[in-house]
Amino acid sequence: MKRVYVNEEWCLGCHLCEYNCAFANSGLEDMVLALKGRKIFPRIHVEGDDRITFAVSCRHCTDPLCVKSCIAGAISKRDGVVKIDRTKCVGCLTCVLVCPYGALAPGEDGIMQKCELCLENSCGAPACVTGCPNKAIVYEERGGAE
Amino acid sequence: MKRYVIIGNGTAAVGCIEGIRAADREGAITVVSGEARPVYSRPLISYYLEGKTDLERMKYRSDTFYADNGCQVLYGRKATEIDPAQKTVQLDDGTALAYDKLCVAAGSRSFVPPFAGLDSVKDRFTFITLDDALSLEQALGTGRDKRVLIVGAGLIGLKCAEGIIDRAKSITVCDLADRVLSSILDAECAAVVQQHLEAHGIAFMLSDTAVKFDGGCAEMKSGRNVEFDVLVLAVGVRANTELVKAAGGSVNRGIIVNEKLETDLPDVYAAGDCTEGFDASLGDRRVLAILPNAYAQGQTAGTNMAGGDKVLDNAIPMNSIGFFRLHMMTAGSYTGEMTETRNGQTLRRFFVKDGLLKGFMLIGDTVRAGIYTSLIRDRIPLETLEFGPAAHEATSAMYTRETRRKKYGGVV
Ligand SMILES: Cc1cc2nc3c(=O)[nH]c(=O)nc-3n(C[C@H](O)[C@H](O)[C@H](O)COP(=O)(O)OP(=O)(O)OC[C@H]3O[C@@H](n4cnc5c(N)ncnc54)[C@H](O)[C@@H]3O)c2cc1C
Ligand code: SF4
Ligand code: SF4
Repeated sequence: MKRVYVNEEWCLGCHLCEYNCAFANSGLEDMVLALKGRKIFPRIHVEGDDRITFAVSCRHCTDPLCVKSCIAGAISKRDGVVKIDRTKCVGCLTCVLVCPYGALAPGEDGIMQKCELCLENSCGAPACVTGCPNKAIVYEERGGAE
Repeated sequence: MKRYVIIGNGTAAVGCIEGIRAADREGAITVVSGEARPVYSRPLISYYLEGKTDLERMKYRSDTFYADNGCQVLYGRKATEIDPAQKTVQLDDGTALAYDKLCVAAGSRSFVPPFAGLDSVKDRFTFITLDDALSLEQALGTGRDKRVLIVGAGLIGLKCAEGIIDRAKSITVCDLADRVLSSILDAECAAVVQQHLEAHGIAFMLSDTAVKFDGGCAEMKSGRNVEFDVLVLAVGVRANTELVKAAGGSVNRGIIVNEKLETDLPDVYAAGDCTEGFDASLGDRRVLAILPNAYAQGQTAGTNMAGGDKVLDNAIPMNSIGFFRLHMMTAGSYTGEMTETRNGQTLRRFFVKDGLLKGFMLIGDTVRAGIYTSLIRDRIPLETLEFGPAAHEATSAMYTRETRRKKYGGVV
């Protein structure tokens, strides 16, 4: 299955992926309306310091701990994609406590959200990848177990 | 065709069903469900009373779950005896089920100490099942005129308090311990949480508990009297070990299982709150009564029942819990050297022993805490990291570039 990977040596730390993610999931058509002057809640996060930076998003794990641990049964994996049913989530943060990759964070409403690969929003393919100016983020198949 | 029987119908049972079905689509699965309803998210009963979820959204699995997985569910039936020689389970309607592989996923029950005069209290409840929550909802009514006394300031008692705050006139929580959440927090962390709860209108009587009840009055150990309309008993839970014990299996505070979730009875497995499994942070056995563990144990048991070979050797105690928007997370064991960082209402404590992170308590700042949890579970030597857990908020920048390439650069 294709996943989002970040080539750390190419990441500029520009945070554009965070903005593209927030916009892609805003459901709005105008980027200015969606983002201007607002605190954003993206599903990809740039971490690091002034020496190294890299973006992190959900790994869509083969054996996802978040799915097994959600106290509301709100997280499931189908066709390789790990998704959250936000109507069921109660914001307990148990998934944050178990995800080894730091890939989950609550949205503006306190309900959990994570990368779902833009498959169901209007982008259809990961917006962070498309918008990365240095092509540091890729969406591709890499070897290993599924 | 193999015959699988599962006693219990909670999260551990679901893990077991999904574990079996990943390997065996054919075998017959029979689920003996003491509660007369499909599986629901037990930890959500307080959120239900709080109005943050409803009966529909509390469903832990979809309506077609049992049909999709070819399970026969016996609702409202209880297993009364296991006969490991005949490989049968006796039910309370006099019938028996034959099994090739059995999983005991019977959970725990509320422990109610023998209080004097308890029978004289009309509206008294435990807080474990959805039925408990629905009865409590009825008793509270809509008048917001009931004074509630909760015995037990643990996770269940306090979640109950939060859940009913807008339905009760007043809430008093008492506990024999000198602090709230005494099984997961130390005195200072507990004080931060207690203050926060008090600011939201919950009153505490700590180092004190009810010794005697007379109708709507509790006589406390301290000699004080507390008047109440509704009583919630949340003193503690006990693992349901009796079936396995009576059949000759080893039990301690929970059913003893090995890392494949086998009991010492042939072809009998156990999973979830009823077991005592291995705590990787402690290096010893302990009851880990949390939902993530129930699922993981159930799934491991199911995989092995279907002929697989799976071990669960990295379970640790952990809790993520919030009250009135203050979140706290705890994990592992609090042994070794403690380092802390503090900033207003945020307090983080890390416990390091033999160069390994053994446990933590985080109050307020919980960002990406799963990175810390994985340091405990995977026993990552801290010397291999760029900086220690207390140096910064949780971040994968603490790994070396090479580790990060492995962790984030392939299929995991
Ligand atoms: C109020 C509350 C809040 C909680 N909050 C959290 C939380 O935030 N995070 C967390 O990780 N955990 C939480 N927990 C704990 C969590 O709910 C349990 O760890 C989990 O539900 C255990 O699942 P289980 O399948 O082992 O047992 P259970 O869910 O208890 O299921 C066992 C089932 O077996 C049935 N049974 C028992 N004996 C028999 C028999 N002889 N025959 C037939 N059926 C039988 C019982 O009726 C029961 O339905 C909470 C629990 C409560 C009560
Ligand atoms: S949220 Fe975390 S645990 Fe869940 S699939 Fe993504 S990376 Fe894995
Ligand atoms: S925060 Fe939501 S998605 Fe995460 S474990 Fe809790 S209920 Fe599940």
